[in-house]
Amino acid sequence: MKSQAMGFFTDTTVCIGCKACEVACKEWNQLPAENGGVREMSGDSYDNTRRLDGIHWRHVRFIEQFKGPYDGRWLMMSDVCKHCVQAGCLEVCPTGAIIRTQFDTVVIQSDVCNGCRACIAACPFGVIDINPVSGTAQKCTLCYDRLQVGLEPACSKACPTDSIQFGAISELRTRAEKRVAQLKSQGVDAQLYGADPTGALGGLNSFYLLVDKPEVYGLPRHPELPSSNLAKSGGLSVASAAVLGLLAVVGLRKRRMDDMSGPGGGGPS
Amino acid sequence: MSDMFFSGAPHWTWLIILYFFVGGVAGGASFLAAVLDWFGGPEDRPVARTGYNVAAVGAIVSGALLTIDLGRPLRFWHMLFQSANLPALMFKGWSPISFGAWAILLFGLFSVLAALGGMAEEGRLHNPTLRAVGGAVHGGLAKLVGGVTGLLGIFIAGYTGILLSATNRPIWADGPWLGALFLASGVSTGAAALILLAARRGATEQSLARLSAFDTKALVVELLLLVLFVASLGAVSKVWLGLWGLVLLVGVVGFGILAPLRMHAQGRSLAGAARLVLLGGFLLRLVTIFASEGIEHYRVAAGM
Repeated sequence: MKSQAMGFFTDTTVCIGCKACEVACKEWNQLPAENGGVREMSGDSYDNTRRLDGIHWRHVRFIEQFKGPYDGRWLMMSDVCKHCVQAGCLEVCPTGAIIRTQFDTVVIQSDVCNGCRACIAACPFGVIDINPVSGTAQKCTLCYDRLQVGLEPACSKACPTDSIQFGAISELRTRAEKRVAQLKSQGVDAQLYGADPTGALGGLNSFYLLVDKPEVYGLPRHPELPSSNLAKSGGLSVASAAVLGLLAVVGLRKRRMDDMSGPGGGGPS
Repeated sequence: MSDMFFSGAPHWTWLIILYFFVGGVAGGASFLAAVLDWFGGPEDRPVARTGYNVAAVGAIVSGALLTIDLGRPLRFWHMLFQSANLPALMFKGWSPISFGAWAILLFGLFSVLAALGGMAEEGRLHNPTLRAVGGAVHGGLAKLVGGVTGLLGIFIAGYTGILLSATNRPIWADGPWLGALFLASGVSTGAAALILLAARRGATEQSLARLSAFDTKALVVELLLLVLFVASLGAVSKVWLGLWGLVLLVGVVGFGILAPLRMHAQGRSLAGAARLVLLGGFLLRLVTIFASEGIEHYRVAAGM
């Protein structure tokens, strides 16, 4: 039965970088440790998770913007699958493993996926990767199992500052707009990313409040569906095939006629 | 910054590069075989038969490479049938990889039939069942089977580039020319493979010279498409300022296109030029894949 669209609103201004969301996600979804549990330091701020992939479905980014030791700011953002309304991964998946649920979220069925990795290249946000244990593509399910029994996702439940808020998308959007207005009245240059249902990918069911350009947070400014290139690329390929076909037919046929009409040839038949 | 730099690399490496190359050669060879079948003369029959043989072997090798490359190879059939809803078919016309899975299956089927028809023509089939199938194809279906094989072949040669364009990866999705470029490269390498292999299967010098003359034209088209592809990347073209750019310039353009064109113009060794065309075709796939895949490493190194 179709429910209303559910998702996350992440207010990055109140994220404190505690990574409780990462831990809760790993624990609830029983995701394996990387490198046998031996964590290599990235050397990049406090971020040793580094990216979203098949075994990291939540990732807290740390962005240091400092001009001097006492002149600057930290930006922190808990990143996750965007559960796009128009999802590139779902569009290309050739096995039907990626589905849209009754909550308007996007889930990969691990028992159907065969690990072709088309979805990894299709996602504009770099969210999906192979889980080496299952050999299949994996990402955040927005805790589909918890949603089905009326629980909220593990990450938002664990978030101590309510940076990650879970709820009905329509309600979250209203809340987010109020928060942007509040921040703007305080002189903060706040903006929403992915909240506009008429914007890129039909809106994101996991959207963000940012205080800098999307690129600073590792987010593309204009994310697109992989099929946006399809018609043009297909058309040019057909044209190229037509040109080569014509060259082959005309060239090979003409040559044959030339050969036959040449010395010792019997003339064109 | 290109919006493609925020995506993740799909780890398509050696097996996929090899598949793109083998599929391109097989597709191009079958396309030329079909053209010769329909528009060539009796003296072109050895080349046409060789083309279908290359297509059949290439299609089988392609299927094997793609299956081995999967994270769960035993689930390869999930691309063809809905695993939870058998026997419903799994097909998405808007997904190049889904379209391609079906195209490879059909290409394999038709190319094997066309190859059997060719073997029946040569009287090389001894197994009664194969002789019956080959005989039926040779008996009256040869042109139809050959034509379908050629059309599927040209699709296989080109769709791999379209598949890369229909992603969100840098280089691949930054311009629309990869499908056309891979298609031209498939045809030029297919012709090169036929020049090398058909000589041992009774092809006349005249027939091979015609093929070589066509390959010259295909290489010119390929060079033009390669220039358009690189130009279409705009600011992203900077990614070629490195090892893969050097391989593209020296290996693909120099050895793979310009050197064979010069050899054709001078009327030098057809076989030597054909080997260089094949090398260039392989390197084209290699640099296209690795130049983009490598960007993942920079992303991770940058902590993004």
